[in-house]
Amino acid sequence: MTFAARASVALSALALTPTWALAEGSSLNLQTPVTQIASEIYDLHTLMLVICLVIFVGVFGVMFWSVFAHRKSKGAVAAHFHENTTVEIIWTVVPVFILLGMAYPATKTVLAMKDTSNPDITIKATGYQWKWGYDYIKGEGEGIQFFSGLSTPQDQISGAASKGEHYLLEVDKPLVVPVGKKVRLLATANDVIHAWWVPAFGVKQDAIPGFIRDTHFRAEKEGIYRGNCAELCGKDHGFMPIEVHVVSAEAYATWVANQKAAMAGGAQEGAGNAAVPQASADAAVGGKS
Amino acid sequence: MAAVTPDQLHDHHHHHGPTGLMRWITTTNHKDIGTMYLIFSFIMFLSGGVMALTIRAELFQPGLQVVQPEFFNQLTTMHGLVMVFGAIMPAFVGFANWQIPLMIGASDMAFARMNNWSFWLLPPAALLLIGSFFVPGGATAAGWTLYAPLSVQMGMGMDLTIFAVHIMGISSIMGAINIVVTILNMRAPGMTLMKMPLFCWTWLITAYLLIAVMPVLAGAVTMILTDRHFGTSFFNAAGGGDPVMYQHVFWFFGHPEVYIMILPAFGIVSQIIPTFARKPLFGYASMVYATASIAILSFVVWAHHMFTTGLPASGTLFFMYATMLIAVPTGVKVFNWIATMWRGSMTFETPMLFAVGFIFVFTMGGFTGLMCAITPADIQYQDTYFVVAHFHYVLVAGSLFALFAGTYYWLPKWTGHMYSEGLGKLHFWCSIIFFNITFFPMHFLGLAGMPRRIPDYALQFTDFNALASVGAFGFGFSQLIFLVAVLQCVKGGPKAAASPWEGAEGLEWTVPSPAPYHTFEEAPIVK
Repeated sequence: MTFAARASVALSALALTPTWALAEGSSLNLQTPVTQIASEIYDLHTLMLVICLVIFVGVFGVMFWSVFAHRKSKGAVAAHFHENTTVEIIWTVVPVFILLGMAYPATKTVLAMKDTSNPDITIKATGYQWKWGYDYIKGEGEGIQFFSGLSTPQDQISGAASKGEHYLLEVDKPLVVPVGKKVRLLATANDVIHAWWVPAFGVKQDAIPGFIRDTHFRAEKEGIYRGNCAELCGKDHGFMPIEVHVVSAEAYATWVANQKAAMAGGAQEGAGNAAVPQASADAAVGGKS
Repeated sequence: MAAVTPDQLHDHHHHHGPTGLMRWITTTNHKDIGTMYLIFSFIMFLSGGVMALTIRAELFQPGLQVVQPEFFNQLTTMHGLVMVFGAIMPAFVGFANWQIPLMIGASDMAFARMNNWSFWLLPPAALLLIGSFFVPGGATAAGWTLYAPLSVQMGMGMDLTIFAVHIMGISSIMGAINIVVTILNMRAPGMTLMKMPLFCWTWLITAYLLIAVMPVLAGAVTMILTDRHFGTSFFNAAGGGDPVMYQHVFWFFGHPEVYIMILPAFGIVSQIIPTFARKPLFGYASMVYATASIAILSFVVWAHHMFTTGLPASGTLFFMYATMLIAVPTGVKVFNWIATMWRGSMTFETPMLFAVGFIFVFTMGGFTGLMCAITPADIQYQDTYFVVAHFHYVLVAGSLFALFAGTYYWLPKWTGHMYSEGLGKLHFWCSIIFFNITFFPMHFLGLAGMPRRIPDYALQFTDFNALASVGAFGFGFSQLIFLVAVLQCVKGGPKAAASPWEGAEGLEWTVPSPAPYHTFEEAPIVK
């Protein structure tokens, strides 16, 4: 988006016109989920929105009706009632049942999220100020390890160069995982608390120095998925993105072989970069398609 | 009990205390102290507001234009601390000082000298807090939550902040003790607890919360202090500590703190709605019980701020269910307010506009709060702009709007003049419109994946950030209308009657406007 387009957005905002909502690149809702858990979260979120909207319309329908109808200027005379036990009981008990209706699906998802058993691949993600380190601990690719840091050039941040499509959401060496496999992610940190967050996976796990916490995801669609560190971790907290390439089993095997070869060759950092398989072009990326 | 007893007051129109600055430094009068609290909190509100506008200026466009990331983090941190501890909390204590003695028919607060001391602790604390920007390394940049180990890494600005928190905590505890003792011992004869105005009830419960949790915060920041300087390892795993323990202790304070900032707001709104609906508050007893339930539940929900730390499944479920339960008493309150309005005879002067605006916009914050209670969804919302939107809906549209409502409501009593209704209404409409332009888009930003506390962002977040920044500047400058309206009212204006509002009930409206320096030297009889 050009500066002119942004300026026009701001101007239209000033004029209080709703055109901004239609501007290109705006997103209004959670990113398209690519794991079972993320789908369940999306559905829970939608359920909550709908329930809240219905209550909102009901409650404020009554309130605004009252605001318009029960005005002194319209000759309304105040009634004197100030108690009604039946009504009080109803509006205490009914919400409890609505809450139960919300709690049931939420509980099922919580239990599914916490089930990190029987993973195909186990990867440790370590938060550093300010980059991520990945160690493939178990499963195909065992032994691979590398750092993953922001690859957006400094002159884009300072404004000296125009900003690329994946500004601040791109890394030098992405995490690569095979599609359809259960990946158990062990999160920890080296200095302060960070959080590993990929919205499309429905995973956000704090990385706590001195402790290991686990979570899991099983990506169902090949593609490039992007996220950020989600816990304030100091100066460059806004500049430690996460980029995950979900690739086919064959592409993953090739990548693993290349990584192993590069590690054996002793030139892991440089060679590793060239060996990242690119996902298919139609993949969902960072909430945009 | 009170430092000023009636027999010293034979001629209260010619008070022989110190004059000029010394009057304010030495005063033990609850009205003087209330005024000082309100002025202090407004100054802090403007300071925190300038920080917020600097943040929004930086976020107007992607890229770094206005400030560097280090300073940006200092701004977000100090904005939070200044607004919570400097603006919102002292403002409510100011209301308590002015109104509680007037509403329960007491001559002053129970411990008048301590009252002076609890106010005068605040300016030094504010100097430490604001002054920390100017020490080497600048202010603390660990977020207002001051999470370890990040806060352990900070420079000396962090130490100044810790001392400031200690001092403000002492001030709050003394203020709270004063309020509890005043309410329990100094009510006019005949005013039983269940006849007390709801504002006094909400403050009584709030005061207990303050006494319970401020020491917890003091303990948490003291542990950070000793981890920083004295070789302890409370929050350092290498020494046998646990960084997450800090979060548990902090949020054991932090969640009741949220209700400390909203319960008195509920009280103010519960005074205003019946006045302008000309109809008694619906469900008075259930309002009291709902307030108490919220306060009790607030002690068992703290870990809902920590769902992403990796709590065990059982812990997660407990905190999810407990948090959802809070929706019940909160809902009862909203229903009661609306039932009070129902079939009333309403007029919409500025206090009523802010009170109705409060119910409408605060409830939106309540809905997003309920959404955040659902753990799996919270995994997506946590630490994003969705949460920023949520807590500004409850803190700005909730606490702050209630403070505005209360100010316009009682200003005639405090100054003896009517404020300009035109300016008040302008202030209301500008505030509520710009508030929503600022914070509503933040819901979308958070859902789309924008983390909070970042100085720069990916390009898909550009439009809504630009919009939010425009709204923020509109909101900020709208507050100058409030300043003008209040100053104008203090200087002059139409004379206010003892009871300027047609439907107002309560002891505060039985004394003249402006309220004389000493009121209820003889306790009124409440039937």
